[in-house]
Amino acid sequence: MSPVTAIADQPTRPAPGPAADEGLARRLKALACTAPLHDLDSRKVNLAGEYASYTMAEIGLAAIDLVTLNMDFDTGADRDIVLGRLLPRIAAQNPGRAVTEHERVARWVLESLINVGSVDRGFRAVYGTFGPDGEYTRRDYDFKLIEEVPGQDGGVYLRTTDEAVNVLVGALDTDVTSAQIAAEVKLEVLIRRGRLADAQLAAEQARYRTVQYAETLRRALEATRRNVRAVDWMETVPDLIDEALDHIADRYRHENAILTNIRKARDESADAEHKRRAAELVDIVKDCIRRHTQLQTRLLEAGPLFRAEQDRQAFSAPTARAGIDLYGQLLAPVLTLPLADATRPTDAFFARGTGLRTPVSVRVSDLVELLLTPPVEREHLGVELPEPDLVATPDDSRFSEAQLETALDLLDLPADAPRRLSGLLADARARGAELAEDGEELAYLVALLAVHAASPPVGTAYRQGEERLLFAVDDGTRLDDPGFGGADLIVGSALLDAAGMAADRRDAK
Amino acid sequence: MTTSAEAWAPQDAEPAAAAAAAPAPISPADVAEAARLVSFGLQAKLLPSRDAEYAELVRRYRDDPPFGRLADAVATGMGLVVLEVSPRAGMAVAAAEDSVFAVRMGDYSRRANSESTDRFLHGLAHLAVAALAFPRPEDLADDGYLGRVSVNGVDAFVRQACRRLEERAAAEGSNTDPASAAPALEAAWRVWARRSATGATKDARRLSGSTTGIVSKAVSFLVDSGFLQKTSDDAGGTYRTTARYQLQVRDLAGSAAMAELLDLGVVPVSDGTATLLPPDDSDELVADAGLPFHSL
Repeated sequence: MSPVTAIADQPTRPAPGPAADEGLARRLKALACTAPLHDLDSRKVNLAGEYASYTMAEIGLAAIDLVTLNMDFDTGADRDIVLGRLLPRIAAQNPGRAVTEHERVARWVLESLINVGSVDRGFRAVYGTFGPDGEYTRRDYDFKLIEEVPGQDGGVYLRTTDEAVNVLVGALDTDVTSAQIAAEVKLEVLIRRGRLADAQLAAEQARYRTVQYAETLRRALEATRRNVRAVDWMETVPDLIDEALDHIADRYRHENAILTNIRKARDESADAEHKRRAAELVDIVKDCIRRHTQLQTRLLEAGPLFRAEQDRQAFSAPTARAGIDLYGQLLAPVLTLPLADATRPTDAFFARGTGLRTPVSVRVSDLVELLLTPPVEREHLGVELPEPDLVATPDDSRFSEAQLETALDLLDLPADAPRRLSGLLADARARGAELAEDGEELAYLVALLAVHAASPPVGTAYRQGEERLLFAVDDGTRLDDPGFGGADLIVGSALLDAAGMAADRRDAK
Repeated sequence: MTTSAEAWAPQDAEPAAAAAAAPAPISPADVAEAARLVSFGLQAKLLPSRDAEYAELVRRYRDDPPFGRLADAVATGMGLVVLEVSPRAGMAVAAAEDSVFAVRMGDYSRRANSESTDRFLHGLAHLAVAALAFPRPEDLADDGYLGRVSVNGVDAFVRQACRRLEERAAAEGSNTDPASAAPALEAAWRVWARRSATGATKDARRLSGSTTGIVSKAVSFLVDSGFLQKTSDDAGGTYRTTARYQLQVRDLAGSAAMAELLDLGVVPVSDGTATLLPPDDSDELVADAGLPFHSL
């Protein structure tokens, strides 16, 4: 990345006041954060191939957007998801090119924003300041836009840094709560006036703020998990949780109201563009609600988490002897030292704290053999898997496939004509005799299926969008049958509104 | 801890014990047994409870003072420091400075040899593992304490401490960006903070230069030293401490690092509290909190 050295070119003059200097430095830093994006477009000529027709800065900004929106409460955004969602935009820029090229562009942009080549995987800009005595000093400003964080599953996830969020939306470095309230009031007003384009912008901004709010809380809870004592559970945390729960309750009510309003706008609007925007807004607000719900779950878990951590961390018998306070007396002071000094204590700790290694001594005869042994080829796919020794399990099912088919055929009742179980059983026995089979067995299977239908799997049918469902109802009539006892169930088929359910499911998502 | 001076001065050290044991001449067989005990001690992962011969030698060391002194002498002669001989830790020996058993930074990581920032990061990783394994002073003092650390936990712990320092610097209004001309004057916390926590690599291995990569190298090295035992793969690898690690940190490493700090003119407060907590808020937290206050 090219260093930002604008100030260095200015003519020498008396040092401006410290406040002005600080403001300048802050603006230079903000400017530096955009540099990696501009840099994308200036570096694309170095790529082997014809990449001039891609606008890399746009893709870069979209990537930062995607990472921010896909950031989860616990982990970051999944790299593959981000890359996948980036593709449509890249493809739109250059539809004629191969998909592999689009993928390459997506990876290149993401890796450039992480700055994979550097040791720190970050960026550095240089700027200058005047000291109190008027002395000019160049300083290094280190920052990251997208950082890679370890996930629970050991994978690598992406998170956007504060700097990136600031580049992206700007002026986010404000009080989150008030900023969100302002955005939502604005949103409501805009919707009422039907200015959906503006409303969408406001809603998107509100969503970014929600994400940032969640991030603040995530950090707080994580600190608790590491060390209970470090967090004030007498006042600060309970207050924080109450505040956040109130906040969520408030926002939830708010956003549901907005949702109702926009839905109305979506359904009543005659203008297609209007409709589309309203539909997009519905999605955004739903996402906001989802994020609030997620946050709320975490907040409710906070209390039990504290108690569990307290059990784990706090109850250990105090001992008379006091050891060294490794954090307070060593780690914390070391971190504040300049690098050159800090290396001395860490070196000393390393020399004494890593244990010992027994030196390896080699005999010449071993060495010769060792050197002459050809290197073992490392298999990419690992060792060959042994062919599994499969034993055919005996088919011990009570009913055969044919019997099940017959039984289901018997139970394939028209929706408007439910039948009594007793009649069905008689039919089954007759059918069994017809097919020269054991009619009793078939009747047993029919009875089983009917009993099963007494508690029909409504949820499954709903989720799978089935069109009909077998049900059985007990109306109090006793079953008079030589083989079975109990209620003479009424068995019937219910038709389900598959299309309506599908629409419901889509809405619920 | 037994020093070479004691070991080589039996007549001054314990005249009563020597008289009671009716001074038997030291036979070559005794020396062989003493050396055998030391060789067990060098196998850091071996515990007396797992090996009958080892257990017997440890028992003899404790019951038979002349034999104990002989074993100490063998260890000292080989450039080892005896930290403790007990059934729980076995013969816990550490390498004396410049001994052939000592680990050198250059052998540990080639990059650390040439890059001062990497050298610092590797050293700090070891310090941080110990600090998180024994968060309170009494954890280090209590022989029965088992510490638990995870790779991601150590990284997060250091980052949290760095963030606190960053916030403090920001509150004080000081500019911590280092002068380009003097990188060695950069505050140490910034070095850790700006190194990426992890990174995707082509072969799905951990990025060795990232902070979790550095911590992970430290813990696996400590596992080989018999200082940690892996308990699970959660959070980048979760480990528990062994008695030997506690001894090593308490009796050697901690004080060595502390001596360097004092030498630099940094005098860490002895009650371990004042520097850690923010100037505002609650006295509630001060009680034995040797840990960073995580501001909310």
